[in-house]
Amino acid sequence: MENLSIYIHIPFCVRKCLYCDFLSFSVCGKERLPAKEQSETSYVNRIGDKAFGEIESYVNLLRQEITRSAPEYKKYRVISIFFGGGTPSLLPAGALRAVLDSIRSGYRLADDVEITVEMNPDTVTEEKLEKYITSGVNRLSIGLQSADDAELARIGRVHDYGTFVRAYEMSRRAGFGNINIDVMAALPDQDIADYERTLRRVAALSPEHISAYSLTLEEHTPLFARQQEFRFPTDEEEREMYALTGKYLASLGYHRYEISNYARGGYECRHNKVYWQRGNYVGFGLGASSMVGNVRWSNPQAMERYRDYAGQIGRGPDCGTAAAVREKDADAFAVAHLSVPEQMEEFMFLGLRMMCGVSGQAFNAAFGVSLEEIYGELIGKLCAQRLLTREHDRVRLTERGIDVSNYVMAQFLFA
Amino acid sequence: MAAIDQSKIRNFCIVAHIDHGKSTLADRIIEKTGLLTSREMQAQVLDNMELERERGITIKAQTVRIIYNAKDGNEYIFNLIDTPGHVDFNYEVSRALAACDGAILVVDAAQGIEAQTLANVYLALDHDLDVFPVINKIDLPSAEPERVKDEIEDVIGIEAQDAPLISAKNGIGIEDVLEAIVEKIPAPGGSPDNPLQALIFDSVYDSYKGVIVFCRIMEGRVAKGTQIKMMATGATAEVAEVGYFGPGQFIPCEELSAGMVGYLTASIKNVKDTAVGDTVTDLNRPCAEPLPGYKKVNSMVYCGMYPADGAKYPDLRDALEKLKLNDASLNYEPETSVALGFGFRCGFLGLLHLEIIQERLEREYNLDLVTTAPGVIYRVHRTDGEMIELTNPSNLPDPSQIAYMEEPVVSAEIMVTTEFIGPIMQLCQERRGRYVSTEYIEAARALLKYELPLNEIIYDFFDALKSRSRGYASFDYEIKGYEESKLVKLDILINHEEVDALSFIVHADGAYERGRKMCEKLKEEIPRHLFEIPIQAAVGGKIIARETVKAMRKDVLAKCYGGDITRKKKLLEKQKEGKKRMRQIGSVEIPQSAFMSVLKLDDK
Repeated sequence: MENLSIYIHIPFCVRKCLYCDFLSFSVCGKERLPAKEQSETSYVNRIGDKAFGEIESYVNLLRQEITRSAPEYKKYRVISIFFGGGTPSLLPAGALRAVLDSIRSGYRLADDVEITVEMNPDTVTEEKLEKYITSGVNRLSIGLQSADDAELARIGRVHDYGTFVRAYEMSRRAGFGNINIDVMAALPDQDIADYERTLRRVAALSPEHISAYSLTLEEHTPLFARQQEFRFPTDEEEREMYALTGKYLASLGYHRYEISNYARGGYECRHNKVYWQRGNYVGFGLGASSMVGNVRWSNPQAMERYRDYAGQIGRGPDCGTAAAVREKDADAFAVAHLSVPEQMEEFMFLGLRMMCGVSGQAFNAAFGVSLEEIYGELIGKLCAQRLLTREHDRVRLTERGIDVSNYVMAQFLFA
Repeated sequence: MAAIDQSKIRNFCIVAHIDHGKSTLADRIIEKTGLLTSREMQAQVLDNMELERERGITIKAQTVRIIYNAKDGNEYIFNLIDTPGHVDFNYEVSRALAACDGAILVVDAAQGIEAQTLANVYLALDHDLDVFPVINKIDLPSAEPERVKDEIEDVIGIEAQDAPLISAKNGIGIEDVLEAIVEKIPAPGGSPDNPLQALIFDSVYDSYKGVIVFCRIMEGRVAKGTQIKMMATGATAEVAEVGYFGPGQFIPCEELSAGMVGYLTASIKNVKDTAVGDTVTDLNRPCAEPLPGYKKVNSMVYCGMYPADGAKYPDLRDALEKLKLNDASLNYEPETSVALGFGFRCGFLGLLHLEIIQERLEREYNLDLVTTAPGVIYRVHRTDGEMIELTNPSNLPDPSQIAYMEEPVVSAEIMVTTEFIGPIMQLCQERRGRYVSTEYIEAARALLKYELPLNEIIYDFFDALKSRSRGYASFDYEIKGYEESKLVKLDILINHEEVDALSFIVHADGAYERGRKMCEKLKEEIPRHLFEIPIQAAVGGKIIARETVKAMRKDVLAKCYGGDITRKKKLLEKQKEGKKRMRQIGSVEIPQSAFMSVLKLDDK
């Protein structure tokens, strides 16, 4: 029986952050409210009936897609489920439970299945947390980004630091023993001391897992358009922040297991690792990406198209499977049957994101040919440049290799 | 066909400063004579090439024969020969003028006489053409026709009081121009019974007919079957077809005789055999002497042209071959650069000619090119007494073998309103100009004469002139000759390796400034690598300027969200693709744009 991970996309937010280019929509009418308009009351109270209607109808589509796709995944055992977004915690707790129920009734779950929900501090309530627990959710990922209210406002987050601390403590009281906190480095007008303060405050809360990403300015975001208004940390400062993160967190017992992820022993995110180690995963919901059996695809990003898709699965005279529906419109779903060389490329550029690197044995097992034969010369060259290092069977990035990992990874593409 | 009455033929051209309305007037004349309906007129009939229309200049001479029913009741044949409008093509202009008996001088009613107007008018007068002026753009609010008439009389010394006042754009006064052509331009001379003597003023290559020779018959006659000889090149051929120029088409006829303008074809395979300015005669009954004024045209400006994609080298070779069929003044020979691979060293009449060829290669032949800095031909006198004409800086002999070097110098005339004399003189000083004289044309305008090294004006002199005179200065030049000069070769070293494609010859006094600017520019263009890259400028092995491209600090993608691997892979692919388009010099990858950027050092 093969392992499968499930990703559930919830494309709703209270409002979009200024740097965000993910697929999500604001459900509070006004997009990207200025931070000072934040009220003391929870944003949940401000979500109108129309938005609830929208969310409810989306959840129904999601359940339809999950249930109708189930026959294709009979031979798989689900080892992780991840609710990402958007803001999954915006869902009424009952809706989230209903989605999990759909999965439970159609799929075989591993006993130790990891079920993560991403949360925005502002949307957390005790009632919701209790329902998560009883629904089987056993891991939370809370988006903090910064412990500095001015920094939060600058990037258009809806919450302040105090709200986050309350949400975190509430989660602990509710019984969650596996919590991730997201922080961001290289924020506008942030200096190294500012970042270090956030890091210390977060570590003081002693979460099991910390994701520390550097802000990437994406085109077509408001922050990109307004970048002239701020001073952004230089590349050198950003790298210093990165080095600081690794060093400081290591001193507290967190190890870096992936370029941007840190965990205490035994708390590495199982779901996250599936992506880098090329495990099978299926994404349900609007625009969600999947890779199962060396086929990649993405769901439609337009709600109308997604609705059509969810409606077509398992319908019609020939009772088309989800895969058959996608194959009919392969371009729209970006269906890609990965060739062996493409699988090799992925094996390398994804695997190298893990600090343990890639294993020659695993390569051999996957492709029936040695890593040395395919990439030996390149690995030798990159080792000589001190971008990679080899230990026994494994090849991994050096510290310098991490700094320029895009360059290193691009070398492994054949084209 | 009835014999054509020589006295009813008018062969003429239109001379003007760029933008004064020459091509528009030509269009109106063609339109008014009724051979073309307004609907058939493309915006400007005579400017054929797409490029010409875009740039608003005529690159190749265009000719059209039209019929005009004059007020005196007679039918006249007009041969309008449109001449190239740029100093790069001065020789072609002079040959086209030699094919005419008169010229219309178009002067802008608002701008008056400009340097190029003068240059062209003097050229026309030198060819003994009868010149009459027309004042164009009289409908502009700023038009001052009376002032411009006075100016024409004062400066050029030709009668202007009865000059037609016209607006070519709006079709005002065109009839007056047509009547003036009949009255003021003399009928051609020559006798059909004399031995054939015809002037080649242009030629184009046609893949079916071979070279189509544009000529003016001075004496004698030519018809299908005539055995002809080109007196300068010595080529001989049998005429396959003769004819005249309809609007946009060739119309065959039985014979061309003295006084007529037309074309002939003779299965000639190469325009080299039909040099502009050469004389065509009858092989069996040759004329005593060729027509005067033939000159072999030499390239003045050289640069290296390389395909951006090395695999396109054969395509570039084929494209140059095809362009050369139509353009005898384009020269090229293969060369190899360590940095750029296989390419060609190409010679041009001037920078405009270079730009036109480059654009045609890119547009019509879909080639992506990297060109090296254009340079002039230097004369290197070696200590052993031998003289080398240097077109590629990389071929400069070792300094110990060089006795002295010479560079080409031009005589330049710059017309400018007096308020800008200061800035323009300063510009000429900066460009190593030698002051000759200032002539005041009227109270507010002067003609500055300078001698300038050609290599100082081929880059951006014209742009600098315009910007320092708010567009009011105009400029014309002719080659004066070679003069000894203190020249050095400036080399660029990237990561301690000399990049041959970036070397060039510069005056010793300007070497430091130039080297510094090049290093600065290259620093902007070369992306950070994994290691630090020094960029150095050197003269004779001595480093005179240096910049450093710092090592890449970071190239890492933090986020890879929700398993969207495809997006990540695209990013990596883009990165790798970008590297493929770079040129590898040692361990450094240099973008194509870096080679081009150093051509534009004076942008501020």
